[in-house]
Amino acid sequence: MEKTIQHNSNKVIIAENLTKKFGNFKAVDKISFEVERGEIFGFLGANGAGKTTAMRMLCGLSIPTGGKGLVAGYDIGTQTELVKKNIGYMSQKFSLYDDLKVWENIELFGGIYGMTDQEIKEKTDKLMHVLDFESERNKLVGSLPLGFKQKLAFSVSIFHNPQVVFLDEPTGGVDPITRRQFWELIYDATSRGITVFVTTHYMDEAEYCNRVSVMVDGKIEALDSPKNLKKQFNANSMDEVFQQLARKAKRVDS
Amino acid sequence: MDKKNIQSESAISCKSINKKYDTIEALKGVNFEVDRGEIFGIIGPDGAGKTTLFRILTTLILADSGTASVDGFDVVTDYKEIRKRVGYMPGKFSLYQDLTVEENLNFFATVFNTTIEENYELIKDIYQQIEPFKNRRAGKLSGGMKQKLALSCALIHKPSVLFLDEPTTGVDPVSRKEFWGMLKNLKTQGITILVSTPYMDEASLCDRIALIQNGQFLKIDTPKNIVSQYENKLWAVQSDNMYKLLNDLRANELTSNCFAFGDKHHVSVSSEQLSINSLKEILDKSGHTNIEIREIEPTIEDCFMQLSQK
Repeated sequence: MEKTIQHNSNKVIIAENLTKKFGNFKAVDKISFEVERGEIFGFLGANGAGKTTAMRMLCGLSIPTGGKGLVAGYDIGTQTELVKKNIGYMSQKFSLYDDLKVWENIELFGGIYGMTDQEIKEKTDKLMHVLDFESERNKLVGSLPLGFKQKLAFSVSIFHNPQVVFLDEPTGGVDPITRRQFWELIYDATSRGITVFVTTHYMDEAEYCNRVSVMVDGKIEALDSPKNLKKQFNANSMDEVFQQLARKAKRVDS
Repeated sequence: MDKKNIQSESAISCKSINKKYDTIEALKGVNFEVDRGEIFGIIGPDGAGKTTLFRILTTLILADSGTASVDGFDVVTDYKEIRKRVGYMPGKFSLYQDLTVEENLNFFATVFNTTIEENYELIKDIYQQIEPFKNRRAGKLSGGMKQKLALSCALIHKPSVLFLDEPTTGVDPVSRKEFWGMLKNLKTQGITILVSTPYMDEASLCDRIALIQNGQFLKIDTPKNIVSQYENKLWAVQSDNMYKLLNDLRANELTSNCFAFGDKHHVSVSSEQLSINSLKEILDKSGHTNIEIREIEPTIEDCFMQLSQK
Protein backbone atom coordinates (compact mmCIF):
# COMPACT_ATOMS: atom_id res chain seq x y z
CA MET A 1 0.00 0.00 0.00
CA GLU A 2 1.13 3.50 -0.73
CA LYS A 3 2.33 5.39 2.27
CA THR A 4 0.29 8.53 2.89
CA ILE A 5 1.65 11.63 4.54
CA GLN A 6 -0.03 12.76 7.71
CA HIS A 7 -1.50 16.19 7.23
CA ASN A 8 -0.17 18.58 9.80
CA SER A 9 -1.65 22.06 9.87
CA ASN A 10 1.63 23.63 10.94
CA LYS A 11 3.46 22.27 7.93
CA VAL A 12 2.41 24.20 4.85
CA ILE A 13 4.73 22.35 2.49
CA ILE A 14 5.78 18.73 2.85
CA ALA A 15 7.94 17.05 0.22
CA GLU A 16 8.92 13.40 0.56
CA ASN A 17 11.35 11.95 -1.97
CA LEU A 18 9.82 14.26 -4.56
CA THR A 19 11.14 13.29 -8.00
CA LYS A 20 10.71 14.40 -11.59
CA LYS A 21 12.28 12.46 -14.41
CA PHE A 22 12.30 13.54 -18.05
CA GLY A 23 13.27 10.32 -19.83
CA ASN A 24 16.46 9.22 -18.10
CA PHE A 25 17.21 12.69 -16.80
CA LYS A 26 16.41 13.22 -13.12
CA ALA A 27 15.65 16.94 -12.98
CA VAL A 28 14.56 16.60 -9.35
CA ASP A 29 15.99 13.63 -7.50
CA LYS A 30 14.20 12.55 -4.29
CA ILE A 31 14.06 15.84 -2.42
CA SER A 32 12.53 15.91 1.06
CA PHE A 33 11.82 18.93 3.23
CA GLU A 34 9.11 20.64 5.26
CA VAL A 35 8.16 24.29 5.52
CA GLU A 36 6.43 25.65 8.63
CA ARG A 37 3.53 28.08 8.59
CA GLY A 38 4.72 31.70 8.54
CA GLU A 39 8.26 30.75 7.60
CA ILE A 40 10.40 32.45 4.92
CA PHE A 41 12.00 29.54 3.10
CA GLY A 42 14.80 30.31 0.63
CA PHE A 43 15.16 27.87 -2.25
CA LEU A 44 18.61 28.29 -3.78
CA GLY A 45 20.56 26.49 -6.46
CA ALA A 46 22.65 27.11 -9.55
CA ASN A 47 20.97 27.47 -12.95
CA GLY A 48 19.89 24.00 -14.00
CA ALA A 49 19.96 22.51 -10.48
CA GLY A 50 16.24 21.71 -10.71
CA LYS A 51 14.70 24.62 -8.79
CA THR A 52 12.15 25.60 -11.43
CA THR A 53 11.02 22.00 -11.96
CA ALA A 54 10.60 21.52 -8.21
CA MET A 55 8.71 24.79 -7.88
CA ARG A 56 6.40 23.88 -10.77
CA MET A 57 5.53 20.62 -9.03
CA LEU A 58 4.83 22.40 -5.74
CA CYS A 59 2.51 24.82 -7.56
CA GLY A 60 0.50 21.97 -9.11
CA LEU A 61 1.72 22.76 -12.63
CA SER A 62 3.75 19.59 -13.15
CA ILE A 63 2.96 16.09 -11.85
CA PRO A 64 5.80 14.36 -9.96
CA THR A 65 7.06 11.08 -11.42
CA GLY A 66 7.96 9.86 -7.94
CA GLY A 67 7.60 10.67 -4.25
CA LYS A 68 4.91 12.72 -2.59
CA GLY A 69 4.12 16.29 -1.80
CA LEU A 70 1.53 18.22 0.18
CA VAL A 71 1.05 21.96 -0.29
CA ALA A 72 -1.47 23.84 1.86
CA GLY A 73 -2.77 20.42 2.86
CA TYR A 74 -3.42 19.16 -0.67
CA ASP A 75 -1.70 16.45 -2.67
CA ILE A 76 0.36 17.92 -5.53
CA GLY A 77 -0.04 14.70 -7.51
CA THR A 78 -3.83 14.38 -7.36
CA GLN A 79 -5.36 17.64 -6.10
CA THR A 80 -3.61 20.18 -8.30
CA GLU A 81 -6.64 22.50 -8.64
CA LEU A 82 -7.01 22.73 -4.87
CA VAL A 83 -3.29 23.38 -4.57
CA LYS A 84 -3.52 26.25 -7.07
CA LYS A 85 -6.48 27.80 -5.24
CA ASN A 86 -4.58 27.95 -1.97
CA ILE A 87 -1.30 29.38 -3.14
CA GLY A 88 -0.06 32.64 -4.62
CA TYR A 89 2.64 32.94 -7.28
CA MET A 90 4.79 35.72 -8.55
CA SER A 91 7.88 35.85 -10.73
CA GLN A 92 9.97 38.60 -12.24
CA LYS A 93 9.16 37.40 -15.73
CA PHE A 94 5.42 37.18 -15.36
CA SER A 95 3.52 39.20 -12.83
CA LEU A 96 0.82 41.60 -14.02
CA TYR A 97 -0.75 42.66 -17.31
CA ASP A 98 0.95 45.82 -18.61
CA ASP A 99 -2.07 46.85 -20.69
CA LEU A 100 -4.53 46.72 -17.81
CA LYS A 101 -4.88 49.44 -15.19
CA VAL A 102 -3.79 48.88 -11.61
CA TRP A 103 -7.35 48.31 -10.34
CA GLU A 104 -8.20 46.11 -13.37
CA ASN A 105 -5.27 43.80 -12.61
CA ILE A 106 -6.39 43.47 -9.02
CA GLU A 107 -9.99 42.78 -10.05
CA LEU A 108 -8.88 40.20 -12.61
CA PHE A 109 -6.73 38.22 -10.19
CA GLY A 110 -9.22 38.57 -7.33
CA GLY A 111 -11.95 37.29 -9.66
CA ILE A 112 -9.84 34.35 -10.84
CA TYR A 113 -9.40 33.31 -7.23
CA GLY A 114 -13.17 33.49 -6.67
CA MET A 115 -13.35 36.56 -4.47
CA THR A 116 -16.65 38.48 -4.43
CA ASP A 117 -16.94 41.96 -5.98
CA GLN A 118 -17.58 43.43 -2.56
CA GLU A 119 -14.50 41.75 -1.10
CA ILE A 120 -12.35 42.87 -4.04
CA LYS A 121 -13.53 46.47 -3.74
CA GLU A 122 -12.92 46.73 -0.01
CA LYS A 123 -9.52 45.09 -0.18
CA THR A 124 -8.46 47.20 -3.18
CA ASP A 125 -9.19 50.41 -1.27
CA LYS A 126 -7.18 49.15 1.66
CA LEU A 127 -4.27 48.00 -0.48
CA MET A 128 -4.07 51.30 -2.39
CA HIS A 129 -3.90 53.07 0.94
CA VAL A 130 -1.24 50.79 2.46
CA LEU A 131 0.99 51.00 -0.63
CA ASP A 132 0.32 54.74 -0.97
CA PHE A 133 -0.84 53.99 -4.53
CA GLU A 134 -4.08 55.98 -4.60
CA SER A 135 -2.93 58.30 -7.41
CA GLU A 136 -1.78 55.29 -9.48
CA ARG A 137 -5.07 53.40 -9.26
CA ASN A 138 -6.20 54.33 -12.78
CA LYS A 139 -2.79 54.09 -14.43
CA LEU A 140 -1.77 51.32 -16.81
CA VAL A 141 0.59 48.91 -15.08
CA GLY A 142 2.97 49.19 -18.07
CA SER A 143 3.54 52.86 -17.26
CA LEU A 144 4.69 52.20 -13.68
CA PRO A 145 8.38 52.05 -12.70
CA LEU A 146 9.64 48.48 -12.25
CA GLY A 147 10.02 48.77 -8.48
CA PHE A 148 6.43 49.92 -8.14
CA LYS A 149 5.25 47.10 -10.36
CA GLN A 150 7.05 44.44 -8.36
CA LYS A 151 5.60 45.69 -5.08
CA LEU A 152 2.13 45.70 -6.61
CA ALA A 153 2.64 42.24 -8.13
CA PHE A 154 3.59 40.82 -4.75
CA SER A 155 0.55 42.42 -3.10
CA VAL A 156 -1.68 40.97 -5.84
CA SER A 157 -0.14 37.51 -5.40
CA ILE A 158 -1.27 37.47 -1.76
CA PHE A 159 -4.51 39.41 -2.37
CA HIS A 160 -6.67 36.28 -1.99
CA ASN A 161 -4.92 35.48 1.28
CA PRO A 162 -3.24 32.24 0.22
CA GLN A 163 -1.60 29.94 2.76
CA VAL A 164 1.69 30.09 0.90
CA VAL A 165 3.15 32.31 -1.78
CA PHE A 166 5.83 31.17 -4.26
CA LEU A 167 8.20 33.92 -5.38
CA ASP A 168 10.49 33.12 -8.30
CA GLU A 169 13.35 35.64 -8.37
CA PRO A 170 11.00 38.45 -7.41
CA THR A 171 13.63 41.19 -7.13
CA GLY A 172 15.80 40.69 -10.23
CA GLY A 173 16.89 44.03 -11.69
CA VAL A 174 15.12 46.09 -9.04
CA ASP A 175 17.05 49.04 -7.57
CA PRO A 176 18.67 48.47 -4.17
CA ILE A 177 16.29 50.62 -2.15
CA THR A 178 13.12 49.11 -3.65
CA ARG A 179 14.62 45.64 -3.25
CA ARG A 180 14.79 46.23 0.48
CA GLN A 181 11.28 47.70 0.62
CA PHE A 182 10.12 44.57 -1.15
CA TRP A 183 11.58 42.42 1.60
CA GLU A 184 9.83 44.53 4.20
CA LEU A 185 6.55 43.64 2.44
CA ILE A 186 7.54 39.97 2.70
CA TYR A 187 8.18 40.31 6.44
CA ASP A 188 4.80 41.97 6.83
CA ALA A 189 3.06 39.12 4.97
CA THR A 190 4.70 36.49 7.17
CA SER A 191 3.67 38.39 10.28
CA ARG A 192 0.10 37.77 9.06
CA GLY A 193 0.76 34.03 8.82
CA ILE A 194 1.47 33.72 5.11
CA THR A 195 4.29 31.32 4.31
CA VAL A 196 6.88 32.50 1.79
CA PHE A 197 8.82 30.20 -0.54
CA VAL A 198 11.38 32.23 -2.48
CA THR A 199 14.18 31.75 -5.01
CA THR A 200 16.82 34.42 -5.52
CA HIS A 201 20.25 34.98 -7.02
CA TYR A 202 21.03 37.74 -4.51
CA MET A 203 22.91 36.03 -1.71
CA ASP A 204 22.31 38.86 0.76
CA GLU A 205 18.60 38.05 0.41
CA ALA A 206 19.30 34.45 1.40
CA GLU A 207 20.30 35.87 4.78
CA TYR A 208 16.78 37.27 5.26
CA CYS A 209 15.23 33.78 5.15
CA ASN A 210 14.49 31.74 8.26
CA ARG A 211 15.83 28.65 6.54
CA VAL A 212 17.57 28.06 3.24
CA SER A 213 17.98 24.98 1.07
CA VAL A 214 20.62 24.67 -1.64
CA MET A 215 19.95 22.36 -4.59
CA VAL A 216 22.82 20.78 -6.52
CA ASP A 217 22.23 18.42 -9.44
CA GLY A 218 18.58 17.76 -8.55
CA LYS A 219 19.25 17.04 -4.86
CA ILE A 220 19.04 19.17 -1.75
CA GLU A 221 22.65 19.34 -0.54
CA ALA A 222 22.14 21.59 2.46
CA LEU A 223 19.20 22.85 4.48
CA ASP A 224 19.35 24.96 7.63
CA SER A 225 19.17 28.51 8.94
CA PRO A 226 21.68 30.90 7.30
CA LYS A 227 23.49 31.13 10.62
CA ASN A 228 23.93 27.37 10.96
CA LEU A 229 24.89 26.94 7.30
CA LYS A 230 27.63 29.52 7.67
CA LYS A 231 28.88 27.68 10.74
CA GLN A 232 28.68 24.30 9.01
CA PHE A 233 30.62 25.49 5.96
CA ASN A 234 32.95 27.71 7.93
CA ALA A 235 31.92 30.67 5.80
CA ASN A 236 31.44 34.38 6.43
CA SER A 237 28.48 34.83 4.10
CA MET A 238 25.80 32.85 2.32
CA ASP A 239 27.62 33.66 -0.92
CA GLU A 240 30.59 31.60 0.29
CA VAL A 241 28.28 28.76 1.34
CA PHE A 242 26.66 28.81 -2.09
CA GLN A 243 29.99 28.92 -3.93
CA GLN A 244 31.27 25.90 -1.98
CA LEU A 245 28.14 23.85 -2.67
CA ALA A 246 27.41 24.84 -6.27
CA ARG A 247 30.99 24.20 -7.38
CA LYS A 248 30.39 20.52 -6.62
CA ALA A 249 27.80 20.38 -9.40
CA LYS A 250 28.72 17.79 -12.01
CA ARG A 251 25.95 18.11 -14.52
CA VAL A 252 26.01 20.75 -17.23
CA ASP A 253 22.87 22.73 -16.64
CA SER A 254 19.94 21.43 -18.64
CA MET B 1 44.13 51.66 -43.96
CA ASP B 2 42.25 53.08 -41.00
CA LYS B 3 40.76 56.48 -41.47
CA LYS B 4 41.95 57.67 -38.05
CA ASN B 5 44.83 57.28 -35.71
CA ILE B 6 43.00 54.98 -33.37
CA GLN B 7 45.75 54.84 -30.78
CA SER B 8 45.27 58.42 -29.70
CA GLU B 9 41.55 58.29 -28.97
CA SER B 10 39.36 56.76 -26.36
CA ALA B 11 37.50 53.60 -27.25
CA ILE B 12 34.14 55.20 -26.47
CA SER B 13 33.26 58.83 -26.09
CA CYS B 14 29.82 60.24 -25.25
CA LYS B 15 28.99 63.94 -25.09
CA SER B 16 25.64 65.24 -23.78
CA ILE B 17 23.60 62.33 -25.09
CA ASN B 18 19.83 62.78 -24.74
CA LYS B 19 17.08 60.36 -25.71
CA LYS B 20 13.34 60.60 -25.15
CA TYR B 21 10.60 58.05 -25.79
CA ASP B 22 7.38 60.08 -25.95
CA THR B 23 7.42 61.82 -22.60
CA ILE B 24 9.92 59.51 -20.91
CA GLU B 25 13.46 60.84 -20.76
CA ALA B 26 15.52 57.67 -21.10
CA LEU B 27 18.89 59.45 -21.13
CA LYS B 28 19.51 62.94 -19.81
CA GLY B 29 22.82 64.47 -20.87
CA VAL B 30 25.12 61.49 -20.53
CA ASN B 31 28.87 62.19 -20.74
CA PHE B 32 31.67 59.67 -20.43
CA GLU B 33 34.86 58.33 -21.96
CA VAL B 34 36.11 54.77 -21.97
CA ASP B 35 39.84 54.19 -22.38
CA ARG B 36 41.22 51.50 -24.64
CA GLY B 37 41.50 48.11 -22.99
CA GLU B 38 39.32 49.12 -20.08
CA ILE B 39 36.50 47.09 -18.54
CA PHE B 40 33.92 49.80 -17.95
CA GLY B 41 30.74 48.93 -16.05
CA ILE B 42 27.37 50.67 -16.35
CA ILE B 43 25.65 49.83 -13.11
CA GLY B 44 22.03 50.49 -12.27
CA PRO B 45 18.54 49.02 -11.98
CA ASP B 46 16.14 48.09 -14.79
CA GLY B 47 14.70 51.12 -16.52
CA ALA B 48 17.70 53.33 -15.72
CA GLY B 49 18.61 53.75 -19.41
CA LYS B 50 21.38 51.15 -19.80
CA THR B 51 19.96 49.43 -22.88
CA THR B 52 19.12 52.72 -24.61
CA LEU B 53 22.74 53.81 -24.18
CA PHE B 54 23.99 50.50 -25.62
CA ARG B 55 21.68 50.80 -28.62
CA ILE B 56 22.88 54.31 -29.40
CA LEU B 57 26.54 53.27 -29.17
CA THR B 58 26.03 50.19 -31.34
CA THR B 59 24.29 52.42 -33.95
CA LEU B 60 20.90 50.71 -33.66
CA ILE B 61 19.01 53.85 -32.64
CA LEU B 62 19.75 57.56 -32.87
CA ALA B 63 20.14 59.92 -29.95
CA ASP B 64 17.92 63.03 -29.96
CA SER B 65 20.94 65.20 -29.31
CA GLY B 66 24.60 64.96 -28.34
CA THR B 67 27.49 63.18 -30.02
CA ALA B 68 29.13 59.82 -29.50
CA SER B 69 31.99 57.90 -31.04
CA VAL B 70 33.18 54.33 -30.83
CA ASP B 71 36.73 53.35 -31.77
CA GLY B 72 37.17 56.89 -33.10
CA PHE B 73 34.15 56.75 -35.42
CA ASP B 74 31.01 58.83 -35.13
CA VAL B 75 27.88 56.81 -34.35
CA VAL B 76 25.82 58.69 -36.94
CA THR B 77 28.12 59.41 -39.89
CA ASP B 78 30.45 56.39 -39.61
CA TYR B 79 27.94 53.82 -38.42
CA LYS B 80 29.06 51.26 -41.00
CA GLU B 81 32.65 51.36 -39.73
CA ILE B 82 31.45 50.91 -36.16
CA ARG B 83 29.33 47.90 -37.04
CA LYS B 84 32.42 46.16 -38.48
CA ARG B 85 34.40 46.79 -35.34
CA VAL B 86 32.17 46.11 -32.41
CA GLY B 87 30.74 42.99 -30.87
CA TYR B 88 27.32 43.27 -29.24
CA MET B 89 25.60 40.87 -26.89
CA PRO B 90 22.08 42.17 -26.25
CA GLY B 91 20.30 41.53 -22.98
CA LYS B 92 17.74 39.36 -24.68
CA PHE B 93 19.06 36.14 -26.26
CA SER B 94 19.17 37.04 -29.94
CA LEU B 95 20.75 34.10 -31.72
CA TYR B 96 18.90 31.83 -34.12
CA GLN B 97 17.13 29.28 -31.93
CA ASP B 98 16.59 26.85 -34.82
CA LEU B 99 20.22 26.83 -35.92
CA THR B 100 22.74 24.65 -34.10
CA VAL B 101 25.52 26.01 -31.93
CA GLU B 102 28.05 25.59 -34.73
CA GLU B 103 25.71 26.99 -37.41
CA ASN B 104 25.13 30.14 -35.36
CA LEU B 105 28.84 30.69 -34.89
CA ASN B 106 29.53 30.02 -38.55
CA PHE B 107 26.79 32.41 -39.58
CA PHE B 108 28.20 35.28 -37.54
CA ALA B 109 31.73 34.56 -38.76
CA THR B 110 30.52 34.64 -42.39
CA VAL B 111 28.57 37.87 -41.95
CA PHE B 112 31.82 39.52 -40.84
CA ASN B 113 33.85 37.95 -43.67
CA THR B 114 35.85 35.70 -41.44
CA THR B 115 35.94 32.06 -40.35
CA ILE B 116 35.78 30.25 -37.03
CA GLU B 117 39.33 28.96 -37.63
CA GLU B 118 40.77 32.43 -38.16
CA ASN B 119 39.79 33.73 -34.73
CA TYR B 120 39.49 30.46 -32.85
CA GLU B 121 42.27 31.45 -30.41
CA LEU B 122 40.17 34.35 -29.14
CA ILE B 123 37.06 32.32 -28.35
CA LYS B 124 38.77 29.01 -27.56
CA ASP B 125 38.44 29.12 -23.76
CA ILE B 126 34.76 30.01 -23.94
CA TYR B 127 33.71 27.97 -26.96
CA GLN B 128 35.42 24.79 -25.80
CA GLN B 129 32.93 24.59 -22.94
CA ILE B 130 30.00 24.32 -25.35
CA GLU B 131 31.76 22.54 -28.22
CA PRO B 132 30.55 19.11 -27.04
CA PHE B 133 27.05 20.38 -27.85
CA LYS B 134 27.91 21.98 -31.19
CA ASN B 135 25.18 20.03 -33.01
CA ARG B 136 22.47 21.04 -30.55
CA ARG B 137 20.02 23.74 -31.58
CA ALA B 138 20.60 27.03 -29.79
CA GLY B 139 17.00 27.08 -28.57
CA LYS B 140 17.63 23.85 -26.65
CA LEU B 141 20.60 25.16 -24.69
CA SER B 142 20.53 26.06 -20.98
CA GLY B 143 20.87 29.66 -19.86
CA GLY B 144 24.56 29.31 -19.07
CA MET B 145 25.36 27.70 -22.41
CA LYS B 146 23.33 30.26 -24.37
CA GLN B 147 25.34 32.97 -22.66
CA LYS B 148 28.63 31.34 -23.71
CA LEU B 149 27.43 30.90 -27.30
CA ALA B 150 26.23 34.51 -27.50
CA LEU B 151 29.61 35.71 -26.22
CA SER B 152 31.44 33.50 -28.75
CA CYS B 153 29.29 34.91 -31.58
CA ALA B 154 29.93 38.49 -30.43
CA LEU B 155 33.68 37.81 -30.46
CA ILE B 156 34.15 35.78 -33.61
CA HIS B 157 35.17 38.77 -35.78
CA LYS B 158 37.73 39.97 -33.20
CA PRO B 159 36.00 43.23 -32.30
CA SER B 160 37.94 46.15 -30.84
CA VAL B 161 35.08 47.09 -28.53
CA LEU B 162 32.71 44.60 -26.93
CA PHE B 163 29.26 45.67 -25.72
CA LEU B 164 27.66 43.34 -23.18
CA ASP B 165 24.18 44.36 -22.05
CA GLU B 166 23.36 42.62 -18.77
CA PRO B 167 25.20 39.39 -19.61
CA THR B 168 24.78 38.03 -16.06
CA THR B 169 21.15 38.87 -15.30
CA GLY B 170 19.31 35.87 -13.92
CA VAL B 171 22.55 33.88 -13.78
CA ASP B 172 23.52 32.13 -10.54
CA PRO B 173 26.45 33.47 -8.46
CA VAL B 174 28.86 30.69 -9.50
CA SER B 175 28.29 31.15 -13.24
CA ARG B 176 28.48 34.90 -12.78
CA LYS B 177 31.97 34.58 -11.27
CA GLU B 178 33.03 32.37 -14.18
CA PHE B 179 31.71 34.88 -16.68
CA TRP B 180 33.71 37.71 -15.12
CA GLY B 181 36.77 35.47 -15.27
CA MET B 182 36.24 35.20 -19.04
CA LEU B 183 36.03 38.99 -19.34
CA LYS B 184 39.34 39.39 -17.48
CA ASN B 185 40.95 37.09 -20.05
CA LEU B 186 39.51 39.09 -22.94
CA LYS B 187 40.90 42.27 -21.45
CA THR B 188 44.41 40.82 -21.66
CA GLN B 189 43.84 40.51 -25.43
CA GLY B 190 43.36 44.28 -25.61
CA ILE B 191 39.60 44.30 -26.16
CA THR B 192 37.71 47.22 -24.61
CA ILE B 193 34.60 46.05 -22.78
CA LEU B 194 31.50 48.07 -21.92
CA VAL B 195 29.31 45.93 -19.69
CA SER B 196 26.08 46.70 -17.88
CA THR B 197 24.73 44.95 -14.81
CA PRO B 198 22.09 45.38 -12.13
CA TYR B 199 24.27 43.40 -9.64
CA MET B 200 26.16 45.94 -7.56
CA ASP B 201 28.60 43.31 -6.28
CA GLU B 202 30.03 42.99 -9.80
CA ALA B 203 31.20 46.62 -9.75
CA SER B 204 34.52 45.76 -8.09
CA LEU B 205 35.43 43.59 -11.11
CA CYS B 206 35.45 46.64 -13.43
CA ASP B 207 38.33 49.08 -13.91
CA ARG B 208 35.90 51.99 -13.76
CA ILE B 209 32.14 52.21 -13.33
CA ALA B 210 29.30 54.61 -13.95
CA LEU B 211 26.35 54.43 -11.57
CA ILE B 212 23.16 55.17 -13.51
CA GLN B 213 19.63 55.92 -12.34
CA ASN B 214 16.69 57.52 -14.18
CA GLY B 215 18.74 58.27 -17.28
CA GLN B 216 21.52 60.06 -15.44
CA PHE B 217 24.99 59.10 -14.31
CA LEU B 218 25.25 59.57 -10.56
CA LYS B 219 29.02 59.07 -10.55
CA ILE B 220 31.88 57.88 -12.76
CA ASP B 221 35.08 56.64 -11.13
CA THR B 222 37.03 53.58 -10.08
CA PRO B 223 35.11 51.40 -7.60
CA LYS B 224 37.78 52.18 -5.00
CA ASN B 225 37.42 55.95 -5.36
CA ILE B 226 33.63 55.77 -5.20
CA VAL B 227 33.84 53.84 -1.95
CA SER B 228 36.36 56.31 -0.49
CA GLN B 229 34.04 59.23 -1.32
CA TYR B 230 31.18 57.86 0.78
CA GLU B 231 29.93 60.57 3.08
CA ASN B 232 29.24 59.74 6.74
CA LYS B 233 30.41 56.83 8.82
CA LEU B 234 28.94 53.44 8.14
CA TRP B 235 28.25 50.91 10.88
CA ALA B 236 27.14 47.30 10.63
CA VAL B 237 24.69 46.48 13.42
CA GLN B 238 23.33 43.14 14.61
CA SER B 239 21.09 41.99 17.44
CA ASP B 240 18.82 39.03 18.15
CA ASN B 241 15.70 40.73 16.77
CA MET B 242 16.68 42.13 13.39
CA TYR B 243 13.25 43.38 12.29
CA LYS B 244 12.73 45.40 15.48
CA LEU B 245 16.34 46.57 15.20
CA LEU B 246 15.67 48.02 11.74
CA ASN B 247 12.71 50.04 13.01
CA ASP B 248 14.54 51.19 16.15
CA LEU B 249 17.58 52.32 14.18
CA ARG B 250 15.41 54.26 11.76
CA ALA B 251 13.55 55.91 14.61
CA ASN B 252 16.83 57.23 16.04
CA GLU B 253 17.27 60.89 15.13
CA LEU B 254 21.04 60.72 14.95
CA THR B 255 21.18 58.15 12.14
CA SER B 256 20.78 59.29 8.49
CA ASN B 257 19.42 56.06 7.11
CA CYS B 258 19.41 52.36 7.70
CA PHE B 259 19.06 49.39 5.34
CA ALA B 260 19.17 45.63 5.74
CA PHE B 261 22.33 44.07 4.29
CA GLY B 262 22.21 40.31 4.58
CA ASP B 263 22.56 39.32 8.23
CA LYS B 264 23.42 42.88 9.32
CA HIS B 265 21.90 46.34 9.06
CA HIS B 266 24.01 49.14 7.63
CA VAL B 267 23.50 52.42 9.45
CA SER B 268 24.77 55.66 8.01
CA VAL B 269 25.78 58.14 10.72
CA SER B 270 26.57 61.76 10.02
CA SER B 271 26.34 63.09 13.55
CA GLU B 272 29.46 63.40 15.67
CA GLN B 273 27.25 63.10 18.73
CA LEU B 274 26.64 59.43 18.18
CA SER B 275 29.37 56.96 19.04
CA ILE B 276 29.32 53.18 18.76
CA ASN B 277 29.12 52.92 22.53
CA SER B 278 26.28 55.40 22.89
CA LEU B 279 24.27 53.62 20.19
CA LYS B 280 24.90 50.35 21.99
CA GLU B 281 23.50 51.85 25.18
CA ILE B 282 20.42 53.17 23.39
CA LEU B 283 19.70 49.79 21.82
CA ASP B 284 20.35 48.03 25.10
CA LYS B 285 17.73 50.24 26.73
CA SER B 286 15.15 49.37 24.07
CA GLY B 287 15.58 45.72 24.98
CA HIS B 288 17.98 44.41 22.34
CA THR B 289 20.24 41.50 23.18
CA ASN B 290 23.56 40.37 21.70
CA ILE B 291 24.14 43.77 20.12
CA GLU B 292 27.16 44.03 17.86
CA ILE B 293 28.24 47.24 16.15
CA ARG B 294 31.36 47.90 14.13
CA GLU B 295 32.53 50.45 11.62
CA ILE B 296 32.80 49.06 8.09
CA GLU B 297 33.90 50.08 4.61
CA PRO B 298 30.86 50.83 2.42
CA THR B 299 30.00 48.59 -0.53
CA ILE B 300 29.14 49.98 -3.97
CA GLU B 301 25.50 49.30 -3.11
CA ASP B 302 25.77 51.57 -0.03
CA CYS B 303 27.28 54.27 -2.25
CA PHE B 304 24.58 53.81 -4.89
CA MET B 305 21.82 54.20 -2.32
CA GLN B 306 23.41 57.30 -0.83
CA LEU B 307 23.91 58.91 -4.26
CA SER B 308 20.45 57.99 -5.52
CA GLN B 309 18.77 59.64 -2.55
CA LYS B 310 20.39 62.99 -3.18
